[in-house]
Amino acid sequence: MLKGKKVIAIGERDGVPGPVIAECLQGAGYEVIFQATECFV
Amino acid sequence: MNFENQGVIKRLADQYGPENLTVILGNGEANGVEVFAETVTEGDPSYAGPLAGVALKIPVYHILEDEVMSQVPESLREEKLQLSALVVDVDPMHQVLEASRKKI
Repeated sequence: MLKGKKVIAIGERDGVPGPVIAECLQGAGYEVIFQATECFV
Repeated sequence: MNFENQGVIKRLADQYGPENLTVILGNGEANGVEVFAETVTEGDPSYAGPLAGVALKIPVYHILEDEVMSQVPESLREEKLQLSALVVDVDPMHQVLEASRKKI
């Protein structure tokens, strides 16, 4: 599924922020090439 | 999805090839997830951003979907995601994103 893919992490301030997604997926061995946190207010 | 992020994703897709990318979301509510997914698969539905008319067909997942969560080391999952997993209702997002992935 994610195997071999480069990851773009788009988090949300009121959900899971981008840096947390990036940290978790890097910990799983994936290459995160961009992370950002959007805000829907 | 804001225009700045759309522009970055377009550039990364040009650089690496969209077939080599996946987008992982962290939305707290289902609202907006469908638009996010449509933006990086079929193109910006508002026809205003850099991805307007650009069908990248990049698969989109939510970090709390089982497919993704199961790959995160247990220690990180407990430390970083456990609380969010209790608060965020991922089921409706999973349904939307699974349907989006099947269309690719």
